[in-house]
Amino acid sequence: MAFAAFSSTAPSATAAPSTDPVARRRSPVALFLLLPGILYLVLFFLTPLVSLLLTSFQSPREFGDIGQFDYAFRWQNYVEVVTTYWPHIVRSFSYALAATFFALLISYPLAYFIGVKARKWPLLQSLMLVLVIAPFFISFLLRTLAWKQLFSDESFVVQSLKALSLLGPEAHVTGTAFSVIFGLTYNFIPFMTLPLYTTLERLDVRYLEAGNDLYASPFQVFRKITIPLSMPGIVAGTLLTFIPAAGDYINASRDFLGGTGTQMMGNVIEANFLVLQNYPSAAALSIILMTVILVIVSIYVKRSGTEELL
Amino acid sequence: MTIGAFADRGADLQLVGIEKRFPGFTAIENLNLTIPAGSFFALLGPSGCGKTTTLRLVAGLEEPTGGRILIGGADVTNQKSFQRPVNTVFQSYALFPHMTVLENVAFGLRRRKIGDPVAKAHEALLLVELDHLAHRRPQQLSGGQQQRVALARAIVNRPALLLLDEPLGALDLKLRRQMQLELKTIQEEVGLTFLHVTHDQEEAMTMADIIAVMNKGRIEQMGEPQQLYELPKTAFVANFLGQSNLFTGPVVSTTGTAIAVDVSGQKIVVPLERAHRVSGAVTIGVRPEKLTLHDVAPTYSDGRNVLGPGRVIDVSFSGVSTQYLVAVPGIGTLVVFAQNMAFGPAAHVGAEVWLSWNVNHGFGLDDDPTDAPRFEADLDTKTIAQQRRSSLITEFEEA
Amino acid sequence: MKLSLGKWLLPVYSGLALLFLMIPIGYTFVYSFNDSLKSNITWRGFTFDKWLNVCNVQNGAVCQAFGNSLFIGAVATVAATTLGTMIAIAIVRYRFKFRSQTSLLLFLPMATPEVVLGAGLAAQFLSLGVPKDMLTIILAHTMFCISFVVVTVKARVASLDPALEEAGRDLYGSAWQVFARITFPLLLPGILAAALLSFALSFDDFIITNFNSGAVTTFPKYIYISAARGIPAEANVLASAVFILALVVVVTVQVSGAAKARRLAKLS
Repeated sequence: MAFAAFSSTAPSATAAPSTDPVARRRSPVALFLLLPGILYLVLFFLTPLVSLLLTSFQSPREFGDIGQFDYAFRWQNYVEVVTTYWPHIVRSFSYALAATFFALLISYPLAYFIGVKARKWPLLQSLMLVLVIAPFFISFLLRTLAWKQLFSDESFVVQSLKALSLLGPEAHVTGTAFSVIFGLTYNFIPFMTLPLYTTLERLDVRYLEAGNDLYASPFQVFRKITIPLSMPGIVAGTLLTFIPAAGDYINASRDFLGGTGTQMMGNVIEANFLVLQNYPSAAALSIILMTVILVIVSIYVKRSGTEELL
Repeated sequence: MTIGAFADRGADLQLVGIEKRFPGFTAIENLNLTIPAGSFFALLGPSGCGKTTTLRLVAGLEEPTGGRILIGGADVTNQKSFQRPVNTVFQSYALFPHMTVLENVAFGLRRRKIGDPVAKAHEALLLVELDHLAHRRPQQLSGGQQQRVALARAIVNRPALLLLDEPLGALDLKLRRQMQLELKTIQEEVGLTFLHVTHDQEEAMTMADIIAVMNKGRIEQMGEPQQLYELPKTAFVANFLGQSNLFTGPVVSTTGTAIAVDVSGQKIVVPLERAHRVSGAVTIGVRPEKLTLHDVAPTYSDGRNVLGPGRVIDVSFSGVSTQYLVAVPGIGTLVVFAQNMAFGPAAHVGAEVWLSWNVNHGFGLDDDPTDAPRFEADLDTKTIAQQRRSSLITEFEEA
Repeated sequence: MKLSLGKWLLPVYSGLALLFLMIPIGYTFVYSFNDSLKSNITWRGFTFDKWLNVCNVQNGAVCQAFGNSLFIGAVATVAATTLGTMIAIAIVRYRFKFRSQTSLLLFLPMATPEVVLGAGLAAQFLSLGVPKDMLTIILAHTMFCISFVVVTVKARVASLDPALEEAGRDLYGSAWQVFARITFPLLLPGILAAALLSFALSFDDFIITNFNSGAVTTFPKYIYISAARGIPAEANVLASAVFILALVVVVTVQVSGAAKARRLAKLS
């Protein structure tokens, strides 16, 4: 529903007149409007990150219980989590990358059809849009569980695949890298499709016609005109998919689509924090996850030339 | 004058030493202006000349960096927009989309707690002949109708001063002509002071009693439309208000009634009372419609200036008249408007022609020719850049 | 032949993609009618029972969790929408120092994985000794909703013609009257969209909740906990009911919007 609004990050940021400071005035009212919200974010977003950073250097209390730590500068925490959990770190980012790729592959044609081809039929267009956002209306966890059950060993799908010998008799679908990436892809398709749709919906078809007129083949028109013009949507969509996918732990959880061999960083952070009460390790992993994502995001945004997106 | 009461008549507006600076540039420099009560005053200029900023200063939507604003003698410089007896018809009309036409018109009355706002709003709508649409939403009206609602919403408050910010810009030509006449009629009917900002010289000349031509934050010339047209003071006015053929040269002789200027060896006479400068290098000019084409050299006579021979380089027919471009060696290209009194052009491209005009139709500018280039207005790169910037700023303000 | 294939490829592909999106939703809906026992995995026959007696299972634990989610969503939505709308207006309309820092602070929560947000808050509550309960969940949800509200409302403020507010001031409206009668009504659609978005985000959030909920159970958390031993069909009932309700709201808004547009087109 209102997710469509989120994808409007790009256009609102590129609306040049409103970003020019000349048109705006200084006023004490601004402070009154900003202060409560900014203060809130400082208290409940920024300082938690700082306390996460502090926690990540804590050392276990001597003779203390499980879950009791003291503030210290124990940088070895980072070395330990990297040596212990490097497969999870690699898995997180490679699964997220794969899911982003597949989501883009599925979403781009869909968004193109809704945003460009379906313009002639506004009712069809809005119906399809409702279907794209429909998954938001039903619990994320239940949708993922539905796939788990659809892919369970006794399910019709798996039985049929086995009958056709496309799957070995002992093989499973759930608990594999495939099912985790599948789940991530499925869950983030709407996040990919909506920003793509908002940029493609604005795409002036006359540019494509001009391209055709200037001797470009349909493929060349797509590569040289459509793709560059929809870049803001592509960047917004891939970020909206990659970031939550890298930090997700529902799909990879053993109770959902994952197994022992598919655990991601999110699973380890959850386990260390909530079960093992090994707070410094969980914090160190969180800091690593966030840092890597921020580095990737800033490089990606710079390279794709869509800095105004931020 | 208090906000709770109607102004019984239009008030005069005085701007004293107004200055407005935006971060990084100056929009208005030392502007002094008096608009008499009850007049229809037009502020005319190209985009970015500071006219919209002037209007916004009067409306109280912008604060001057320096100077004072007086309405009916009272200093309103420090009053907020909603405290001033001034109303504006916005360029985009700015009709509230979430209210009906009637609610829009009654808005100001209700804020001022004036009795019986609904009846008064209906009256105002009757005046603009839109009372039958009172319960529509603004977006259900055509552009011309919206414009009239915006006008009704402003005049219903009987402001001492009504500001019009290019209110006709969005209308097509025919509707614009019609609205020009209607606006003028309404102004005469209600007797308010109108301050009209526009870049359309024709609109300004049709409607206004007095026009001030503004350029680069300064007023170039002010006066009645006909006076401005017949006797422009600067090259900018001569070319912004209609077109002009301008020539530069030294004054070679002066009599009691006229001066003679040497323009590339040809003597051109301008009456003394029509010349702003009477010695040294001067710029003189004549309007294109005042020129007559001759296919043989006319006999020189006292009453006419003659230039030529020249060659016709372009002929374009525009219905009522035909425009000729004539290249005169040593002088440049002149524009001639000739009424189409007979079928077919009076001269064809390539023809050799002479030009003449009544000595009394020429005018001499106040500009010092050393810094006023001949045919172009004054658009050097720097000016264009500055105008571009200020027009952008105006856009931002309006957006 | 090749031409007609090219013509049909995209619509068919799009149709299949949408079908793919619908599969788990359909599954969840169908299994809300399953005459299941404790867990709802195998199909045991059709029944309306679960819809009629939603709150009767496990002493109403599902409904308890559902109610918690509604309450948390409502409070967090009001808080986040208020704070976010104020920021959005300030960003579009005013000049102030630390502008880029402010934008970064608003962007970062959206670029931070939920697990980091959740763990960070939990670490802070832990070190301050704040017990985790309903309040900590609401505080957390408000935090991650603010940025989304700002983005949504900002677009609306930016598209609002400042001349409308100037006209209000010109027509003798004081600052407060202009806000109440012009700015706010015109921003309302954007604010409502932001509120809906906040509610949806809060209602469906699991990851951040899981870190900051202590003993309180929300609807997603209930599902997560039950996932190991099987989820009762009542959860499907509630989820399906929410789905249908949301769908009805969205379709009504879309249809009435389309009808309004047609009416306007006819009039002009």
